[in-house]
Amino acid sequence: MTCSDFLKELTDYLDDSMDAQTRAELEDHLQWCHNCYVVCNTTKMTIEIYRDSHLYELPDDLRGRLRAAILSKCKGHEGPCT
Amino acid sequence: MGTIQPKVAEPAGDELALVHAAKAGDIGAFEQLVRRYDRNVFRIAQHITQNREDAEDVVQDAFLKAYQNLGNFQEQSKFYTWLVRIAVNEALMRLRRRRPERMVSLDEDIKTEEDSMPREVADWAPNPEQLYTQGELKEILGKTIQGLPPSFRTVFVLRDVEGLSTEETADALDLSIPAVKSRLLRARLQLRERLSKYFKNRTGGDGKK
Repeated sequence: MTCSDFLKELTDYLDDSMDAQTRAELEDHLQWCHNCYVVCNTTKMTIEIYRDSHLYELPDDLRGRLRAAILSKCKGHEGPCT
Repeated sequence: MGTIQPKVAEPAGDELALVHAAKAGDIGAFEQLVRRYDRNVFRIAQHITQNREDAEDVVQDAFLKAYQNLGNFQEQSKFYTWLVRIAVNEALMRLRRRRPERMVSLDEDIKTEEDSMPREVADWAPNPEQLYTQGELKEILGKTIQGLPPSFRTVFVLRDVEGLSTEETADALDLSIPAVKSRLLRARLQLRERLSKYFKNRTGGDGKK
């Protein structure tokens, strides 16, 4: 397996959506290829940092205002069309 | 090396009952659906539009549209996936309005393989997020994701931030599964590359064995 092959499979590897044999081949590559190990590890960290970052949280006061506006607009319409 | 664990829980069992009640005109039931997903919709909208006012408008318009079109929701997907599809379309529409000079499309594909090939292979500090204050970290993450093309940013946000499955992301964006996977890989690698300059281990070493 080349580094380019490894990279193509990286998303499925991180998402654990691959068969056991491909997984074993990728892990074998990681054993000896330090660059791919670093890329894999730091990509995983990238995902975790974004997922845990609470970027763009909705503040409570804005949340209340938006909800009031949404419900007021909904009430002003005829309701769900069926 | 471990894999990424999805963080999103399955929808509560009462969700379909709320959808049915809302379809019948029960505004209280719809309000509960708004409470359940308004934070997610806001986050997605802000990520796509990169503009606070636009994100607020998207939240309002997406929920209003969802309410008006509940009768067309066939219940073949989760309510949330259906809502995300509406919100993404609203957000992209706002983005196009704000940047008419640039064609904004989810279909825009990748120029070359080169854009995602790792160049920076230095390892990161063990807890890179602790190198910065909370405010600095948010600024770095916001600035970095803003640099991605909208089509990559949207797939990354739905899949990795909001925790939708690949199939749900494809469904919400009307993309094929290979297209979602291709964009996701490129988004992840580009973000990793850009974050490396902030997070790499500064204690020495060139990242090679």
